Amino acid sequence: MIELLSASALATVQDLGRLGALRWGVGTSGAMDPLALAAGNLLLGNEAGAAAIEVPVFPFQVRFTDGGAFALTGADCAARLDDVPLLPWWVGEARAGQVLTLALPRAGAWRASRAYLCLPGGVDVPAVLGSRSTQLRGDFGGHEGRTLRQGDVLRAGAAESSSMPVGGFGLVPPALALPLQVDGVPAMRVLPAAEYMHYTETSRAAFWAGEWKITSQSDRYGYRLAGTKLEASTSVEMRSHGIVPGVIQVPPGGQPIVQMRDAQPSGGYPKLGTVIEADLWRLGQAPIGSRVRFIETTWDEAVAALDQMQAWLANVQRLVGLYRRQQARS
Amino acid sequence: MSSAGEPSISVLGTSALLFEAPGHTMTLPDQQRIWALAREAGRWPDVREAVPGMNNLMLSFVRAPRALAELRARLLAAWAVAQPLPLEGRVIELPVVYGGDGGPHMADVVAHTGLSIDQIVEIHSAPAYPVYALGSHPGYCYLGGMDARIATPRRKVPVVSIPGGAVSIGGAQTGVSASTGPSGWNTIGRTAMRFFDSTQDPPALLQPGDTLRFRVQKVIR
Repeated sequence: MIELLSASALATVQDLGRLGALRWGVGTSGAMDPLALAAGNLLLGNEAGAAAIEVPVFPFQVRFTDGGAFALTGADCAARLDDVPLLPWWVGEARAGQVLTLALPRAGAWRASRAYLCLPGGVDVPAVLGSRSTQLRGDFGGHEGRTLRQGDVLRAGAAESSSMPVGGFGLVPPALALPLQVDGVPAMRVLPAAEYMHYTETSRAAFWAGEWKITSQSDRYGYRLAGTKLEASTSVEMRSHGIVPGVIQVPPGGQPIVQMRDAQPSGGYPKLGTVIEADLWRLGQAPIGSRVRFIETTWDEAVAALDQMQAWLANVQRLVGLYRRQQARS
Repeated sequence: MSSAGEPSISVLGTSALLFEAPGHTMTLPDQQRIWALAREAGRWPDVREAVPGMNNLMLSFVRAPRALAELRARLLAAWAVAQPLPLEGRVIELPVVYGGDGGPHMADVVAHTGLSIDQIVEIHSAPAYPVYALGSHPGYCYLGGMDARIATPRRKVPVVSIPGGAVSIGGAQTGVSASTGPSGWNTIGRTAMRFFDSTQDPPALLQPGDTLRFRVQKVIR
């Protein structure tokens, strides 16, 4: 069991999302950085899609009331277990009563904004409509359908995974293993969407060439970007239609909004493109105030990027399995 | 069939595809064909969900299909033979307080349409609105059948939060928020109804084919 000692604003329980409830108007939710959540789970020997705690605001502090293993992925938050510093993307073990503290993310070798705390067997909350992710708009899923707060107690799904190697073990984060930047700025690949050609040639060129600032009006619902104003040459009042996380809508104001994990499952603003599924974690980790770039891609490249992401996860799973078996023998 | 022209098919990244019936109006026969197409495509491998929108259909994928061209061709072929699927469900009546604090954008609809508040209320509360689709947020219904005279463009900048029960107009559509959240639509009134309960099966109160009626409870001018 863990008890939240910090205010923990906006921290939520998430898994890889609630798939299959769109027909009732229920969006997917799920981790803003699904790669970090999946990798953290694999480090513990969990299913990749087990529920974990997503932490976007720091400091974040929990007490392990009974002790137990845990994995930390996502942003490098200079984590400490009592006074012992922990490496990022690391699995460790806490004794009963020890306190884990995550500080503000460090801008070191990579810059990220959300940390994931994974527990053996996943965070034990009931599955609602097929998922343990928090549906904030619908007040269900996760822990009591809400963001976490001080004093909340969460239970791990399994008492303990297999024997833990002394000192733990870790991973090279995907920001370093699968980097993607343009001119030193984090980048995401984008597939043009239905209304792409409604934008002027100048605006389309500016979209690809410009840096886009993530404004303070950005959250799990969507990232409102600031940059060159995008001008449509054709204005059409759209019929409402299904959308997915990653869709880049452009309201008439001309500043794009990227739909994120808590996005509505439908919308009616024109769509310039979609950040591909394989790169959405990069945007999910981009801090408010930072700048990003977009790269035009094709269907085949986007599918290949998805394969590459899956291959990275499969490799993590294989290596963790090997390491754990070795440790068990020695 | 009812509309001339070719449907449009576009991708939403690698996780979904959007099929749009031709034309820019929203007709019930076209929507009934969308329901038929949804029933058909929902059975295909690679398709996780076939989700009707307003005269359009989103297919979400179990996994991104390698051969996108095949899926496109299959969709077009299925649309060509799709017959209107009449769904007839329940009729639900909602009492609405129009204008005032519960309808903060009524003035924008007045300004855009040139109609009075009373005319807008009369036109808005007259039809029986068929539920075309669910979307936006848990339990929310997209309705067909709004009178074009009160159509008002979506807001230039979305409102950060409107309350559950808000009755609003976005373009040629109208609807009722099922819970508090952001919206780009113009809110003209307020009602009270629980549209969603995650512990029920199905969790949404309404489904495509049901009908909503707005009864004028009060008009605040």
